[in-house]
Amino acid sequence: MNHTIQQLSVFLENREGRLDDVLDVLAKNDVNIVALSLADTSDYGMLRMIVSDPQKGRASLKDAGITAMLTDVVALRVPHATGSLSKAMHQIVEGRVNIEYMYAFANGSDAAAVLKSDDPLKVVDILKGSGFDVYSADEAYRANQ
Amino acid sequence: MAGVALENWKEMIRDPKIECMSRDEMTALQSERLVKQVKNVYEHVEFYRKKMDEMGVEPGDIKGIEDIGKLPFTTKEDLRDHYPFGLLAVPQEKIVRVQGTSGTTGKLTLASYTQKDVEVWGECVARGLAMAGLTAGDRIHICYGYGLFTGGLGLDFGAQALGAMAIPMSAGNTKRQLMCMEDFGATAFACTPSYAVYLAEAAQEAGIVDRLQLKASINGAEPWTDEMRKKIESILHINTFDIYGLCEITGPGVAMDCIHHKGLHVHEDYFYPEILNPADQTPCADGETGELVFTTLAKEGMPLIRYRTKDLTSIDHTACECGRTLPRIQKFTGRTDDMKVIRGVNVFPTQVEAALLSMGGGVAPHYLMIVDRENNLDVLTVMVEVDEKYFSDEIRKLDELKNRVGAVLKQALGVSVRVKLVEPKTIQRSEGKAKRVIDNRVL
Repeated sequence: MNHTIQQLSVFLENREGRLDDVLDVLAKNDVNIVALSLADTSDYGMLRMIVSDPQKGRASLKDAGITAMLTDVVALRVPHATGSLSKAMHQIVEGRVNIEYMYAFANGSDAAAVLKSDDPLKVVDILKGSGFDVYSADEAYRANQ
Repeated sequence: MAGVALENWKEMIRDPKIECMSRDEMTALQSERLVKQVKNVYEHVEFYRKKMDEMGVEPGDIKGIEDIGKLPFTTKEDLRDHYPFGLLAVPQEKIVRVQGTSGTTGKLTLASYTQKDVEVWGECVARGLAMAGLTAGDRIHICYGYGLFTGGLGLDFGAQALGAMAIPMSAGNTKRQLMCMEDFGATAFACTPSYAVYLAEAAQEAGIVDRLQLKASINGAEPWTDEMRKKIESILHINTFDIYGLCEITGPGVAMDCIHHKGLHVHEDYFYPEILNPADQTPCADGETGELVFTTLAKEGMPLIRYRTKDLTSIDHTACECGRTLPRIQKFTGRTDDMKVIRGVNVFPTQVEAALLSMGGGVAPHYLMIVDRENNLDVLTVMVEVDEKYFSDEIRKLDELKNRVGAVLKQALGVSVRVKLVEPKTIQRSEGKAKRVIDNRVL
């Protein structure tokens, strides 16, 4: 089973209505947004999303002339208990993998931390090997449904 | 010391015989020099001999300045094709100096000078310095760049010819500039108008204006507005003067404005100006706007015949209130090509394109240049499309790409650039000539 999931990333120029355009395309094509993070710089923004159907999301954005890409990320299952994320991070650090960025979303009784690293498969190994669970693609794309 | 009001101005003319010459006498002088120069280039410069042969023109056909229309033009492209020393009219050992400026394709436009050329250049700048009311007793703080760029050395040669004290500061480090200006008691300074505004404001902020001994500034190498002039004059209590030149012809000092500010007096005894209709290259009447074309009447190293500057202006041959009869060219209204002058540096869109292509990936060669003036300083922003292949969702990688583009462009253009990455395929493509430059400056 594949334990990395695909994140839909969109480069957003700082122009009026650009975010709205993107969300509109996804809505019209029935692509549900499960989680999102928006990073901003002085020139542009980077919209990162876990969606119900990343391939379809990317294709429909492309048709609308919006540049999007798919990135492999890992969604770590984080139990709602103090220190869970910290423990997981210790393992990753010991495994010498760099985390580029991270964001989280709640999913029923626990939460998911979406991790982007330079080696997603290794992150999955490390986490599973130290007793953590990661979301499968199916689970992640249908979270909270 | 301070600036002088117009009613109290005492005009100083360095070479009244030339600068106030009657039209007839000037025409005779120009004719004599042109006939000699045409013979010279025909004999010594293969490029001109070929061109004249092709046109069926012999040196003997040029009997006076009225025959100048029979001669071939010279363009920046011709200079590029004969780069670096293909247009010399003297053996290379006679050349004592080269100066250069950015060319259209990243190569320099190079000009070569004999000792006499350097002297003439200095003399023309010295006439301009006198026009600004300066004498041998003055101390001239030069904060134009020294180097291949003609600004710094041109003013330096002028100061030397005048017998004034040159303070060769070169550009940059405003704090140090102000310190030296105060300590050495500079009575005049020379730099781009935008830097002059910046310096003036910095002096005001530092509270040292009253301790400066300035009376004049000489500012050129880029277009400026009356507002900028008023700003420099009102903050520093000085008179400001506009200087024009291009390295192909000699450098600064080709033309300069007097206290009446009604156009820039062209040193037409050395640099013969024509204003030609850009559509068919026929002469424009006084007051009509056309392309400024120069013939270097007495240049030895790299004489140019009918060199097309691509600057658009008009000319006025009537005598000026200052007493000079040297004709005056008006403020430039534009260019016949898309060259931009940014902080005194010539920038061509084609250079941006060549630089982006040289990166071999990462960005598409589609770009848009936006020129703004913020706080009186030119700012060049280049919008560049990220290549889809190099697109990353990591900001760190995009920033690396952006910094790399910025470094490559700075290297290629000689001015720092703000890079703005934009989405692929968002810069307008057009069938014919794409719009590559937006200039938001009010000049």
